[in-house]
This record gives sequence, C-alpha cells and structure tokens, in this order.
Amino acid sequence: MNASDSTLEIAAESGAGQADSLEQRNRRLMWRLVTLAVLCAGFGFALVPLYDVICRVTGLNGRTNAMAVAAPSNTQVDTTRWVKVEFLSHSMPGVAIQFAPQEFSIDVRPGALAQINYVATNTSDRVFIGRAIPSVTPAVAAPHFKKIECFCFNEQTFQPGETRVMPVVFTVDPDMARELGTVTLSYAFFEAPKAAPKDLM
Amino acid sequence: MSVATTTHPGGHEAHHPSGLLRWIQTTNHKDIAVMYLTFAVIMLLIAGAMILVVRAELFQPGLQIVQPEFFNQLITLHGLIMVFGFAMPAATGLANYMLPLMIGAPDMALPRLNNWGFWILPPAAVMLVLPFFLGLGGVGAGGIDTGWTIYAPLSMQSGWGMDFAIFSVHMLGVSSILASINVIVTVLNMRAPGMTFWKMPLFAHGFLYTAIILITIMPVLAGGVTMLLLDRHFGTNFYNAAGGGDPVLWQHIFWFMGHPEVYVLLLPIAGLVPHILSAFTRKPTYGYKAQVYSMWGIMFLSVIVWAHHMFTSGMSVGGQLYFMYSTMAISLPLAVLFFCWIATIWRGSLTFETPMLFAIGFIVLFGWGGLTGLVLADAAADPQYHNAYFLVAHFHYALYPTTVFGAMAGIYYWLPKWTGHMLDERLGQWHFWVALIGFNVTFIPQFLLGLAGMPRRIPDYPLMFADWNMVSTVGAFVLGASHLIFVWNVIKCVRGGKKAEARAWEGAEGLEWTVPSPAPYHTFETQPAVK
Amino acid sequence: MRGVRGELVLGAALALASATATAKPFWAFPDPVTPIARETLHVHNLFMAVIVTLFFAVLAIMLYSFWKHRKSQGHQAATFTQPNSRKQWAWVLAPFAGLLILDYGVFGVPAYHAVLSYEDTQNNAELVVKVTGSQWLWQYEYPKEGIKFASHLTTPRDQIDNKAPKGENYLLEVDNPLVLPVGKKVRVITTSNDVIHSWWVPAFGVKRDAVPGFLREFWVKVEQPGTYRGQCSELCGKEHGFMPVVVNVVSQAEYTAWVTKQKDAVAKDKELSNAVLSLDDLKARGEKIYATNCTACHQATGMGVPNVFPSLVGSKVITGPVEEHIKVVLNGRPNTPMAAWSKQLSDADIAAVVTYERNSWGNKTGDAVQAAAVGKLRGDSR
Repeated sequence: MNASDSTLEIAAESGAGQADSLEQRNRRLMWRLVTLAVLCAGFGFALVPLYDVICRVTGLNGRTNAMAVAAPSNTQVDTTRWVKVEFLSHSMPGVAIQFAPQEFSIDVRPGALAQINYVATNTSDRVFIGRAIPSVTPAVAAPHFKKIECFCFNEQTFQPGETRVMPVVFTVDPDMARELGTVTLSYAFFEAPKAAPKDLM
Repeated sequence: MSVATTTHPGGHEAHHPSGLLRWIQTTNHKDIAVMYLTFAVIMLLIAGAMILVVRAELFQPGLQIVQPEFFNQLITLHGLIMVFGFAMPAATGLANYMLPLMIGAPDMALPRLNNWGFWILPPAAVMLVLPFFLGLGGVGAGGIDTGWTIYAPLSMQSGWGMDFAIFSVHMLGVSSILASINVIVTVLNMRAPGMTFWKMPLFAHGFLYTAIILITIMPVLAGGVTMLLLDRHFGTNFYNAAGGGDPVLWQHIFWFMGHPEVYVLLLPIAGLVPHILSAFTRKPTYGYKAQVYSMWGIMFLSVIVWAHHMFTSGMSVGGQLYFMYSTMAISLPLAVLFFCWIATIWRGSLTFETPMLFAIGFIVLFGWGGLTGLVLADAAADPQYHNAYFLVAHFHYALYPTTVFGAMAGIYYWLPKWTGHMLDERLGQWHFWVALIGFNVTFIPQFLLGLAGMPRRIPDYPLMFADWNMVSTVGAFVLGASHLIFVWNVIKCVRGGKKAEARAWEGAEGLEWTVPSPAPYHTFETQPAVK
Repeated sequence: MRGVRGELVLGAALALASATATAKPFWAFPDPVTPIARETLHVHNLFMAVIVTLFFAVLAIMLYSFWKHRKSQGHQAATFTQPNSRKQWAWVLAPFAGLLILDYGVFGVPAYHAVLSYEDTQNNAELVVKVTGSQWLWQYEYPKEGIKFASHLTTPRDQIDNKAPKGENYLLEVDNPLVLPVGKKVRVITTSNDVIHSWWVPAFGVKRDAVPGFLREFWVKVEQPGTYRGQCSELCGKEHGFMPVVVNVVSQAEYTAWVTKQKDAVAKDKELSNAVLSLDDLKARGEKIYATNCTACHQATGMGVPNVFPSLVGSKVITGPVEEHIKVVLNGRPNTPMAAWSKQLSDADIAAVVTYERNSWGNKTGDAVQAAAVGKLRGDSR
C-alpha cells in the first residue's frame, strides 16, 4: 500500500457528503471509458462490412454487383442517348491467362440488354484456377452498371491449353446521369487466393 | 538521479524503494512524468539522428551513404518514433506532472494504471527498432519500411520488421488509451472543490479533449493493423483485391486515426500556450470560453475530414467537395484560437524569457503550417502538392513547432517548479534562435522543392532539385545541433542554478505556483478550496 | 527611407526583380501545358498570395505588440479578457467573417470549378490510354490500337553510384516514353500490377494513384508539343525513386506514324516468341535485359547484396533445373521484392535473361533457353 492510495482516501473523506467515495467514482468512470474504447475497436472492425455496403450503394470504389442480378423486365429503353461501354482486361503477374475482350467498345442504349465476349486461353500446361475482379470507371457509374451474367461471379477453372469464350450480359440503368457518356469495365484476373498461412520470414 | 533528491525530502525514503526498483514500481505522478519526459527526449534524439542520415544522403544527387531499402526504413522509423515515441509521451509527461498540480489533486486518479501506461512504452520502442538494428548488423531484412502510413499492399511485402511494428503499434495504442482514461477520470473527478469545469486551466481542457479523441481513434488503428497482420499471415484478404478486399480500405482506416492524431498532437499545446502567454504578458487569458468552444469545434471536426489525405486515390466529385469544404472549416476554430492568443499578448507587459520565445515561435510557425494546410485542402490543386515536398514542409511546419517548440516551452516554463532552479537564460536564448534559423533553413527550401516537382520518400533525385536539397540539409544539421543545446540546458538546470521561488515567473498564475519549488514529492494531499 | 537602409532595400528589390524577370517565379508550379494545370496554377497563385499576405499582416501585428508593449519600456498590462464594447465585438467578428468569406468564397468558388474540371473525363475524349504501375516501371497500353509496351528508367547504375558523371535528364529518362498527340483530349486509366503507385507529371497538373485490381481515371489535353517528365508519387518499395514518367507530345502526323511503327513492332515480337536463337544471340540480348531490370538488386556482378538480395553466382536456382529458374523469373517470390516478371518481359526476353544468367560470372551450364519453353511455363506458381 503506497502513499498515493492513502492520499486518495484522505481526499475522499474530506469531500463533503458524497454518496460514493472518490475511488468508486473514479473506477466507475474508468470502466465506462474502457467500454468506450472497446466499442471504438468494434467500430474499427465494423468498418470492413460498412465499407463494402457504402461502396456497393454509392459505387465509390468502382465495384459492381458481385452476384447475378435478374434481367430487368419492365425497364424502358432510353432511346434518346447512347452510352459507350469500353472493355479492358488485365492479367495479374503470374497468371497464365491470355485474356482479352472481343471488341474494345460497344455503344448501348441505357435499359437495353447487351453482351460482350471475353476470350481467355490458359497458355500454360497446368490447371489454372482463378477469379476475375471487375472494376468500373468512372466510379459513380458503377452502381448503375448491372451484370446479369458474368464469369466474375465464380471462380474459373482452366485446363492446360484450354481456350474459352466468356460472355458478360449487362445493362446500364437508364437513371444513370446523362453526363456519363463513356463507361469503362475492366477485369483483373487473379489466381484464386489460397488460405494456407504464409512463411514468417 | 538528482531530480529525486531535490524533490524528495527526507523521511519518505523510509518506505520508498530506491534505485531501479523505485522507478519500476512508482505510482507517483511526478516520477512517472519524469520517466515519460526522459523517454521522449531519448526518442527525439534517436529519430532525429535517423533523419539526419536521410538528409545527409539527400545532400547531393546520387546514392552516397545508404541504399534505398535502408533509406525507406529510416524515413518510416523517423515518422513513427517522432509521433508515438516522442510527441505523445512528451505531452503525457507534461500532463502527468502538471495536471494534478494545476487542479489541486494529490495525484492522477488511477496511479497504478499510470505506471502501467508508461512501462508499456520501453518494450514497445524496442519492438519497433529492434529489427532495424538487427538488420544493420546483418540479421534479417530490417525494420518497417513502408513510410509511417503503412499503405497496403506494399505492407504485405515487408519482412518481419513489419510484424514487430504491428505489435509495437498495439502496445503504443494501449499505452495511449490507458493514459487517456487516466487523464479523463482525473480531470472530471479530481478537481479541487470550487474548481468548476469552466474554471479549470486551459491545459486541463486541452488534455481532456486530446484524451477523448485518443480513446476514439487508437482502437480503430488497432483493428486496422490487426487486419494487416491477418492478411500477411493468415490468408485473409481485407486489403487484397484478389479476395474481394480493397487496398484503399486501409487508407480509410489509417487516416481515420491519422488525421485526428495531428489534433491530438496540437490540443495539449493549444491548452498550454495560453498559460505561458498570460505569465509573460502579466495579463489574464483572453477569451477563455471562446478557446474552450474552439477546442470542441476542433475535436468534432477532426474526425470527419480524414480523406483529404486521399484526394489522389480516386474519389468522386462529391467526395472531394465534401472533404475539401469540411477541412477548410477547421480554419475557423483555429483562427479563434490564434485571435485569443494574440489578444492575450496585445497590450500586455511583455518580457521574452525562453518559455515565451518558444510559445511565440509556436504561434508564428504553426500559423504558417495551418495556412499551407488551407492550400492543400483544395482538392483540384492538391495533386500538385500531395506526396511531394510541399506536403512534407507543410506538415513539418504544423508538427514541429507544435510538438517540439510546444513541449520545450512547457519544459522550460515548468523546470523551475520541478528542479527548484531557474534555467540558464542565455543557453535558452541560444537554443531558440539556433532552432528557429535551422528549422526555417531546413523547410522553406522544401516548399520550393515541392512546387518544382520533387516527390517525397525518394533517396535520390533529378539534378534540378540539387541546390535546395543542399540548403535544406545544412539547415537540418543546424536544427539538430539546437537539440543538443536543449539537452545540455536541462541537465544543467537539474544540477543547479539560481534558486527558484514558488512563483518562479513573475506573472505566472495557477495552483501549481502555490506549492514550493521544487514541488514536494506529495502535493495537495489536502485539496485546496478554489474560489 | 533614408541612407543605408533605403539603399539596401532598393538594391534588394532590384535584385529580386531582375531575378524574377528572367527566371520562373520560385513560388510557382512548372509551366502549365494543359487546361487543368492552368486552372490549378491560377488557384495556387491566388491561395498563396492570400495566405502570404495574411501571414505577414498578422506577424506585423505581433511584432508591433512585441515592440510597443514591452515591460522594459514601462508598458503596463491591460486587463481585458473579452470584447466589452460594440467596437471590440466588431474587431472580433470581422476577421471571423472575413475568414468565412475567404474560405468558402475567395477560395471555395474557384476550387469548386477546378474540381469539376479535373474530374471531367467524360466529354469528348479522343484517345484512351491505360497506364499500369509495376515495381518498378510503367506499362502503357493503347487498347483500341492494340499497342502495349513497358517504360523503364535508363539512367545507368554507374551514374547513381557516383562512378560516372550524371546526365542532363538524370533519373528522368526512359527507354519507351508515352507518346500522345498534341491538342487531343486523352482519357487515362490507371491500375497496378502489385502495390499502389502514383502517376504524376507536374506540367500536366495531374496525379492519380494506380491501385491493384481497380481502375482510376483522369484526363489530359496537352496544348504544346514537347517532352514532359514526372516521377512515381506513392512509395512502392526500394526503387520508388527510380521509375520516372516521360511523355512525348507530338503532332498528329508524328503520332499516327508512331502508332503504325508500334503495331509493326508488336507483330515482330510475336514472331520472336517462336524463334530459335543461338546461345550467343540469347546471351547478348539477355545481357541488355539484365542491365535494365536486374542490376538494381542482383548487381552487375550477379553477386547481389548479402542477406538482402541473393547472389546468382553458382546459386542453386541458377545451376539447377532450367524450369525452376524460369518459374522464379516468371512468378517472382511472393512477399519479397523479387517481382513477377511475367507481366513486364516477353517470352523472348525472359528466355534471353535466363540464358545470360546461366552462362555468366562463372556459371557454365551451357543452357540455351528458347522463348517457347518460357511460354509453356507461364502460370506455374510452384
């Protein structure tokens, strides 16, 4: 028991008629603050799904729908304008997929269904399992770019030397801002991430 | 240690251990403050030495002294150590010593927590720098090397220096949170009777809001670095696009902590400077309430503007406009603070002892730092400044005058209270002027380098940047030398000097000036009544 | 102003005037060559003029106070702590109101326009270019034209290590610059192969991050032909300072001719990937590729840096099975600085550099690796 604790008790006794001692009030506030810190840590982890939700709703990082969206049935096709949709492809390092869209760009009417084919070839002599990650720019167009059928929804397995035509069926929402005349869609082909722990050094 | 003998009247030694054990076990706020301050100054010198190696390399184009991979470790550790190893512990040291004295409390509210909060720091510092020194000696790939901002996916490529750094950041965060809890409980619960919330010293206000911000942001950083650790070793994909994650998520998490962090560094000094101004102008503080409201404004605004660090990461027009306008809003409460400080000075009866010089130096230089922040806030022009030397100069004008001049102002101001001796004024003046000149010669050229197009975090540069880099390096060494003057002055003051009165400075007001100099080991065991 | 002081001030003013008359003002960005660079330079000059004026005005007030209100001159301290009269409230509120107008009016309005202008990628882009950041070079692609190439720093290591005098464009020269037609609006899309990089050309007034797995975009319309240089602006590892951006802006005619030449080169490279070359030819080509891409870490001697970058002299990988060696070059070593060169080097290039390594510095495997063998192994991670 050191001198500090006894001085706290003296201070508590000299406090005029308080229901709780100073020490009790200090401890109570301390635990409340600890709770606050824990809640903030929780907020930090909650940022992960929060980020996903906000990005999906606003399209802020160019993410489009990660799961199939049903083809819209009653949408009016906007015949007053065209939207140019450009297509890019990107194979990440170490990915043996030669991968390109069949056309660089097509002009679509907002609300109409359109299709583009990507052609991919596994140029190695091993089985390749990978995933195509889509990204749309400008980012504000992303929530309006709806994919109905896309090879990006699932992992893709390629046999050695296999060539495949991979269609993407999509539509551009008519309520996308009129100033957006060109939208670019790109797929980055990654090898499917493994779950095994990596070496420490 | 001489501080112990001058602040430790006989009789207490009977039930206090001596030597190393005393310092490990102490729950006395004055002891703990001394440890925080000593630790902070050591870290200041280490991080300062590191950046002098960097500036030496940048003296001329070409790689002369270090290789790029080592260079990246130096700049990273300079930043991390300065923020977490020097600036925050120094402020905590000042708070620990002075808050109880200023509010008339016998000690901090949670003395044992106080001890733990400090003793986490030395192991955390060792964890941070050990891989760096081992790497120097040929063991392992070196310390963390991604810049203090630790962006993903670059952070995935670092060796185990990164993992040590992650654990260190956790420990540093816990230490901050414990100290913050202690500060809040102390300020809210332990004030002397009669000292209402609206009567307590501005230093207490400043530190209270600092602590509130810290409790909010440090756990978020802890979450972020934990996710980084998981990505690095346990196959998760928080920051990896391949697995559905996003590198930019890290930027959001980091800056959600990183921006309020700079106000954590500012608010203690913003609370301290009015005391010094009032003392050396012999005039009461102007606009007490306005300054408190401004601190509230800064506290609330600080957590909603983080993405102005990310304008080039690719942000929608709406996002850029929001973060630009909200960032500019911070200039308003800051302007109020400046106005009140200058109004405190205006028509006072001024003398210019060392603490006053450093306080004024802070106001002038931080003012320029803040103004250049306004320029950076413009989202369209920011790409020309971002990650170039203009940015480096801006944040050094914001951070150095605040954390270094500010801490030194406080140390010089209160040294007589701690040691019982007046400091050597001549040495203090030398320190100030050498530092002022060195600082400006170092950083004004960096604004120009940034405008000319020099990016940051590069160990070598194109020829057109050579002249200003040379000037900046000379300035850096002059600035570095000024810190040695400081250390010498402190040691000299601890050892002896003209005897200090209880009210060591003629115009100083506040409860701390009613106890003897040096302050006894235990003070305000009976709380005074405040009118 | 009288006497010496007056002359000094006049002399200083004249010197400053003559210096600034011939040189670019030291407080400004490089000469702008795009509409956005001009707009942001204008905004910058406005902001800087205002804050410099503000700073010195307030400093002057403080200096005045330091002089006039000194205790040593007998000044007695006042006691006011808040505004006490209408006039004093005016003194308080006026700067506050002024700052509000400054922030949201004087600064805020031009800044608003500049932001909208900066993000206006949509209107009438005539060319799309894709920029990919890699460790540590840039790759440029013209997707519509089918052209793709890499842009490496060409400053010799000797100059960096101070063994040779530095050239004029030290650290700002590349083998294959980006080529753009003058006066045409170009939409630039950025992404990355590995970590976050950032593409910056100060004269263009644009900087944008390159994020792996995601696209970002901005636009440039360069109004004057010329060669413009910039550097990577996001720390991306040890060679962050050594991956410059060089853009050649040329007339439309020159641009069209260049595009044709590039398309021919693409066709030629396709042929090379099926060719069979002699050991000497492979070694000669490989030596050049090694010098550009590998010496930064593995050094010209092949001996690397102890404990940091492995030596290639007599090492297990170099003298062991060819396939394993090719795979290390193709796929890199994850979470180390050894990059996956599959993205940046063609089959023919990798075959050449592997051959060079296996037959240099005392390594005598005699292996001649052909491009076809490399092509077969792309995608084999372990």
